[in-house]
Amino acid sequence: MNKNNVAIERIINGIATENPIFIMMLGMCPTLAVTTSVTNGIGMGLSTTAVLVVSNLVISLVRKLIPDDVRLPAYIVIVASFVTVTQLIMQAYFVALNDSLGVYIPLIVVNCIILGRAEAYASKNPPLASTFDGIGMGIGFTWGLFLLSAFRELFGAGTFAGIQVMPSIYKPIDILVKAPGAFLVLGFIVMAMNAMHIKTRANDVAEGCDNCPGCGAPGADPDCEGKEGKKA
Amino acid sequence: MNSLIMIVIGAAFMNNVVLSQFLGICSFLGVSNKIKTSASLGGAVIFVITIASAVAYILYTFILAPLGLDYLQTIVFILVIAALVQIVEMFLKKTSPALYTALGIYLPLITTNCAVLGVALNNVTDGYNFIESVVSGFGTALGYTIAIVLLAGIREQIADNDIPEPVKGAPLVLFCAALMGIAFFGFSSLG
Repeated sequence: MNKNNVAIERIINGIATENPIFIMMLGMCPTLAVTTSVTNGIGMGLSTTAVLVVSNLVISLVRKLIPDDVRLPAYIVIVASFVTVTQLIMQAYFVALNDSLGVYIPLIVVNCIILGRAEAYASKNPPLASTFDGIGMGIGFTWGLFLLSAFRELFGAGTFAGIQVMPSIYKPIDILVKAPGAFLVLGFIVMAMNAMHIKTRANDVAEGCDNCPGCGAPGADPDCEGKEGKKA
Repeated sequence: MNSLIMIVIGAAFMNNVVLSQFLGICSFLGVSNKIKTSASLGGAVIFVITIASAVAYILYTFILAPLGLDYLQTIVFILVIAALVQIVEMFLKKTSPALYTALGIYLPLITTNCAVLGVALNNVTDGYNFIESVVSGFGTALGYTIAIVLLAGIREQIADNDIPEPVKGAPLVLFCAALMGIAFFGFSSLG
């Protein structure tokens, strides 16, 4: 496969085939927390994308230098460094967005998507492909956040990115922009996907693997055979 | 004393870490199918978050802040939490095998529970002192335990019900969580 194909394949993989939010159900904390408005959703998506692309690239570059036993702490330090850089940039240039995203910016460190991609892809593949994997996953994540936040803001507040779009006769469904609305909207989206028979990992998460937090992240039980293994 | 009680009630009920701050969602959705396992996980989380809040406070106040290195807090905290979980695990194994067996595999998983890092960072933002940090950590973890045990209870009750095919699995859990979130709104008037 030539390089162009790998790049395109990786990006489509992130947007659709292995979409982190709707198919893999990863990174649920920011997904549910910041999607109260389109601006927040996209801001969170792009910050995560930035961290994801750079950390995928760096982890792929150093993958042969890091001993297997300490790879996860090493990945965490790499990711945490880039998160700190992102946070400093946002504090300097995007003050309003930084304030409204608050603690969720430093919490990108523990976003399962980033460590998940580091472990599943960047640690085994060359830098260029890993970079595109990060871009694809990042776009997929941003797209998912956009969809959720557009729905919640439009029906919950009657606005889109802060601009009033619903006619004044429309009474916003307040609950959608409040905390429970996040669970509700995501629940409906996954339900619709189930009804259309789009295969998601969501059901495996719900069935639970007693030993596993559902993240494939560090600290996951070494004896856990993974969700597929357990199911079989 | 009153303000400490308010911090616990605020962190556990009014501002529940899972239902209104969305921290620790992975384990909340993933490890909530049996009351027993979710209670063990809750116990382990209370243990780790309380200690992590204390250690993070000491490190931040006496090392990071005086040296002007507070921008390194994310990196330092996550490493401290990872190391702490390891130490707690080794310590328990030696001193209290019974507790170690009870918490079992849940201890190592807590490193990636974003509630732990979230509490440590929030304590700094809120400007809590040492006692307040520990109490707020304990309250947050208590809220996590209450939420996950309640959800597990609901899931055990409805496990054998006749549920429409598309709703089975994740959507059902998400809807339960949404209803719990609405119920927890009732506590917000406590403040």
